[in-house]
Amino acid sequence: MGILINKDSRVLVQGITGKEGAFHTKQMIDFGTNIVGGVTPGKGGIEVQNRPVFDSVKEAMDETGANASVIFVPPQYAADAIFEAINSRIELIVCITEGIPVHDMMRVCAYLKTSSSRLLGPNCPGITNPGSSKLGIMPNPIHRPGNIGVVSRSGTLTYEIVDMLTKNGLGQSTSVGIGGDPVNGTSFVDILELFEDDPETHAVVLVGEIGGTAEEESIDFIKQMSKPVISYIVGIFAPPGKTMGHAGAIISMGVGTALEKIQAFEKAGITVAESPSGIVRSLKSIL
Amino acid sequence: MKLYEYAAKEIFSKYDIPIPGSSLVSDADGAREAARKMKEVVIKAQVLTGGRGKAGGIAKASSPEVAKINAKRILGVSIKGFPVKKVLIEEYREPLKEMYLGITIDRKKKCPVIMASPHGGMDIEDIARNSPEKITVVPIHPLTGIHEYQARMLANSLDRNKAPELIDIIKKLYGVFTDYDCQLAEINPLAQTIDGIIALDAKMVIDDNALFRQDFPEEENGSPEETARKNGMSYVGLDGDIGCIVNGAGLAMATLDMIKHYGGEPANFMDVRAGANAQQIKTALQIVSSNSNVKAIIINIFGGLTKCDEVASGIIDILPELEIPLVIRLSGTNEIEGRAMLGKYGIHMAASTEEAAKGVVELGHPDK
Repeated sequence: MGILINKDSRVLVQGITGKEGAFHTKQMIDFGTNIVGGVTPGKGGIEVQNRPVFDSVKEAMDETGANASVIFVPPQYAADAIFEAINSRIELIVCITEGIPVHDMMRVCAYLKTSSSRLLGPNCPGITNPGSSKLGIMPNPIHRPGNIGVVSRSGTLTYEIVDMLTKNGLGQSTSVGIGGDPVNGTSFVDILELFEDDPETHAVVLVGEIGGTAEEESIDFIKQMSKPVISYIVGIFAPPGKTMGHAGAIISMGVGTALEKIQAFEKAGITVAESPSGIVRSLKSIL
Repeated sequence: MKLYEYAAKEIFSKYDIPIPGSSLVSDADGAREAARKMKEVVIKAQVLTGGRGKAGGIAKASSPEVAKINAKRILGVSIKGFPVKKVLIEEYREPLKEMYLGITIDRKKKCPVIMASPHGGMDIEDIARNSPEKITVVPIHPLTGIHEYQARMLANSLDRNKAPELIDIIKKLYGVFTDYDCQLAEINPLAQTIDGIIALDAKMVIDDNALFRQDFPEEENGSPEETARKNGMSYVGLDGDIGCIVNGAGLAMATLDMIKHYGGEPANFMDVRAGANAQQIKTALQIVSSNSNVKAIIINIFGGLTKCDEVASGIIDILPELEIPLVIRLSGTNEIEGRAMLGKYGIHMAASTEEAAKGVVELGHPDK
C-alpha cells in the first residue's frame, strides 16, 4: 500500500530528454516505476530508455493513459509545464525543479484549487513507495519496504533519515518530500492525513526546518492522529534574518525559528528528536 | 535581492507613485551641489538594512554647507556592518501624518497580501506585534489581481478623505509588486503633506528565483556570498571555525546543528544545491577555505541529483593547494565510484552526518 502511488501508477516524465530527466528516468525504471513515456516539446518521436517521447502532455496521455507526471523542466518553463499537466488532468504531478519564481507558484497553486490534480513540490525530491514505485530523485538503494511514513520539507536530509531508518531495520511505507519552497502544492497536513488512513503506515517521521509556519500548522492534526509522530526540526544554529538556501527558510517577524517550532511541538506533546539517530531511538522505543 | 531605496524609488517614479525630488551622490561635495537645487534636504544613507534612522544614517540640512557636513559624516559610517557608500539627497517634505503600505506574500494563503495602517513610521513592527488590529490586511487572488473594492477598503482604512489618491497609489504599488516579481514592496512612511500624499521611503525585495526575467544590474562586491551565488550555490558567513560544504539546504542545516551539538561552531552555511558538478565543488572549497578562521572543513554530500564521483573529482582537483584538513561524507548516487576515487588520498571519510560532524569538530579542535 503506502500513499499516493503504487505499482499501477502510469508515469510520464516532463523534460525527459534533459540531462537530469534522462538520468533519473533510468533510475526510476530500475526502481520498478512504470514509466510510460516522456514529454519534451520539439522532441516528439524519439525514444529515451526505450520510452516514447511526445511533444505535449495531451498527446502522451492519449497514447499511454498516464495518470502521474514527474517534472524535470528548467525553472523558467516549469510553471508552464505544471499548467499543462493540470489542464491534461494528470492526477498526481511531482515537480522536482528548484528555483521557480514564487509569483509563478502563487498562480499555479490558485489554479490548482480549481482542478482535481494534486501537486507535490516544487523543489522537492519526490515520493518513494519502496517495493513498488518511485517518482522523483531519491537514491534507489536507501529504501526498504516497511511501516514508517516519512514526510519532509528537505531533499537530501530526507535521504539521510531514510538511509538511517533502513540501516536500523525500520522500513518505510512511503517517503515524501513536500519541497522547500515558500509556496508549494502539498502541505504536511495533506500527507499526514493520507498516512493516518494508510493501514501500512504505523508511525510517521516529520522533518521540518526554520521559516514559515508549515510545521506549526500540522500540530492540531497530529494531536488527533491515532499514529505516533516523531519530528525532527533543523536550523537551530541559524542566525535570525538570514536565508539558508531554501527560499522557504526565511525567518521573519519572529515567526519560524527552529526553537519556536521545537517548543510548539513539545508543548503539544509531540516527540522532537535532536538528531537523525535520535529519530531511530524514538521510533524503536515506541514500536 | 534587496533594492536600495534610490533604486526602488526610480521604479516607483516609472509607475507615477509620488516621491520627493532627489539626487544620488557618493561624496560630500556632490551632496552640497545637489542640495543647492533644493530648499531643505534630507540626507539618507543608502544601505541594504533597516533601522538606519535610529543608527544615525538620516539627517536634515537647511543649507548646502550643512548638507555637505552631514553627508561627509554619514558616508564615513557603517550601519549594521554595511558601509555607507552612497547617500540620497532628497527634498524635505514635512509629514503631517505617517502611514504604512506594504505588499508581501502570505505563504499559508499562497497569495499576495496588502497591508495598510494609518500608524506608519519607525514603530510599525511594534504595532504589528502589539496591536495587529491597527493593520488592515487584504489577500489578493493571484489570478485576478487587485479589485477596485479591495483598494478602496485599504484606502479607507488609511484615510477616507484621501481615498481616491490612496486607491491610485495602492493599485500602482500592486503593479510594481507583480511586474518586478517582488517578495516585498513597501512604503513606510507613506506621508500626507501639504502637497499631497507621497512615498518618503521605498523598500523592494525581488525574488532571486525571478532574476532571470528581471533586468537589474548586479552591484559587485566580491563577497563570498556573491561568488557562491554566481556559481549557482548559496553561502552565508557565520562566526565559527568549521567550514561547511553540503548539498541541500535541509541537510546543510542539520549538519550545522550537529556541529554545534558536538561543541563546534560553523564558519559558514553553504548549500552547493542539487546536481553540483566538479567545478562547483572546487569553487565551493576555494570560497570556504579563503576564510582565515577556518580550521577544518566538512563536505557532506548525500547525492540524489548530485553525483558523488563528480564531487570527488572536484575535491581531488583542489587537494594539492588545500592546507586545511577535510572530513568527507559521500552517500547516494555513484557513492562507490566517488569513495574509490578518494581512497588513495588518506582523507577522513565518514558514513553519516553525525559521524562527519563529530569528526570535523575533533579535527578542528584536537584539544577537545
